[in-house]
Amino acid sequence: MIIMAAMAGATPFIVNTHAQKPVSAPVVTLNDVTKVYETASGGTVHALSKINLAIHGAEFVSVIGASGCGKTTLLRIIGGLEDGFGGELVLSGRKGGGPSRDVGIVFQDANLLPWRSILQNVLLPAQVLRLDKQASLARAHELIELVGLKGFEDKYPFELSGGMRQRVSIARALVHNPSVLLMDEPFGALDALTRETMNAEVLKIWDATKKTVFMITHSITEAVFMSDRVIVMSPRPGRVIAEVDIALPRPRHISMLSEEKFGAYTGKLRRLLDVGTD
Amino acid sequence: MSLDATAAAEILASRKRERLRWLSVSSVDSLISLGGFVMLALVWEVAVDLFKVPDFILPAPSAIAVSLYNGFASGLFVYNFFVTAFQTIAGFLLAAVIGTAIGAVVAQFRIVERIVYPWLVALQTLPKIAIAPLIIIWAGYGIGSKVIIVALVAIFPVLVNTIMGLKSCDQGKLDLMRSLGAGRWETFRTVRLPNALPFIFAGLNVAIVLAILGSIVGEFVGSKAGLGNLILEANFQFDVARIFAVLVVLGVFGVVLSLIMRMAQSHFLFWNKSLS
Repeated sequence: MIIMAAMAGATPFIVNTHAQKPVSAPVVTLNDVTKVYETASGGTVHALSKINLAIHGAEFVSVIGASGCGKTTLLRIIGGLEDGFGGELVLSGRKGGGPSRDVGIVFQDANLLPWRSILQNVLLPAQVLRLDKQASLARAHELIELVGLKGFEDKYPFELSGGMRQRVSIARALVHNPSVLLMDEPFGALDALTRETMNAEVLKIWDATKKTVFMITHSITEAVFMSDRVIVMSPRPGRVIAEVDIALPRPRHISMLSEEKFGAYTGKLRRLLDVGTD
Repeated sequence: MSLDATAAAEILASRKRERLRWLSVSSVDSLISLGGFVMLALVWEVAVDLFKVPDFILPAPSAIAVSLYNGFASGLFVYNFFVTAFQTIAGFLLAAVIGTAIGAVVAQFRIVERIVYPWLVALQTLPKIAIAPLIIIWAGYGIGSKVIIVALVAIFPVLVNTIMGLKSCDQGKLDLMRSLGAGRWETFRTVRLPNALPFIFAGLNVAIVLAILGSIVGEFVGSKAGLGNLILEANFQFDVARIFAVLVVLGVFGVVLSLIMRMAQSHFLFWNKSLS
């Protein structure tokens, strides 16, 4: 496990080294990415300050940090939703921001189109990206089954519970077969029990699809339980304080939550977050 | 997952129950309403007979029924009904199409909004019906002038609601489209327009009522035919029973139109939670 303390003045220190080494080339690379907003009153807000990050293929990376630390801005930059930013973003070999069809986004709200059936919702990216209809339809059915909603294809969003809607939005984010899946607090709007089930479900989906996942979360437990690596960000301006490799075996199971090693990770992250808020 | 599945099944079942209960309640309710109507007619009939109220002040329901029958039997009501119905529906459709189109352009292009919006605000406070005499001067006494008046009166709620609906689009849905690299037109037709439909329908519901109003007042100002024209004629002849008969026709017409609107609405907006 490697903790890189990138805080100003602090030198990186190595705690442990039995982490899985990333094998493939980075799918997402951020070099000195900086984002400054102009406020309505003419002032400026530094949302992100010199973010350096490399996310490798099939890696599950989570970001935690206090509210307003720019986590979402970071995700939006990778997802092509922020107009101007400093530094460099390389996504699947392509430089610069802007929308990429190699990215699928799961938002905090499912953002389903209520007038479309579940199947039509899942097919939305295929429609916008003008993908082959037959192939997309087959893939949509596959994904709906993968997220456990077989039989709900012709239902409408108002007929589904919050957890089910979020499953649909996960299927939708994967229908155009992107290599990167961005998730912005995907379970924030769900109750605790549904959330736990969804964590395990997403890991199952991740295992089946081998996507590169970049997830924002408020939950330290969730971050440790799901990730290969957890990135800790400081409050505004958002900087990467530490990167913690989670060397827990996979597949992970809910029972691990009570293990001592698990507690060690959550404790460490908690302390890092506390340092960040000082 | 199975938890979610049973939850969904339960939601569906409870919806069905609600719908059934609503049906039975509504049939009881309509019986009560009908009973009230019959009672009122009876009291009215007896009162007019008892107090010897002259026909030109307040005719008895039976006299109105006779006048209604005669009107339809002679074909007089049929022709004039179709004139008014045509004006109303044509004007309404015109208002719906043009209102939505202008609303869409205003909501999509900032420059257009800057130019058009002050006019909209100014015109909204103006009683549109006051323009009716001008329209009669410009477009004559025929059906055409009334179609224009109806459209003018009915267009504002459609226009204003369309703009509001298109602008109220949830940022998350727009972000979703943007992340896929969707163009402006694609986003408009896939997200913004369907998202605005509940607003547009709310506008259309107001517009349909205003359309009938515009049609009748337009005929009052200047016309050769129509139910409003019939009312004026009957007024000059002190044929109050006929005035009431025409009012009955107008009332039924209004109810049928709003029923059609409601059916269209539940067909197109079945997905809208706030309706159920």
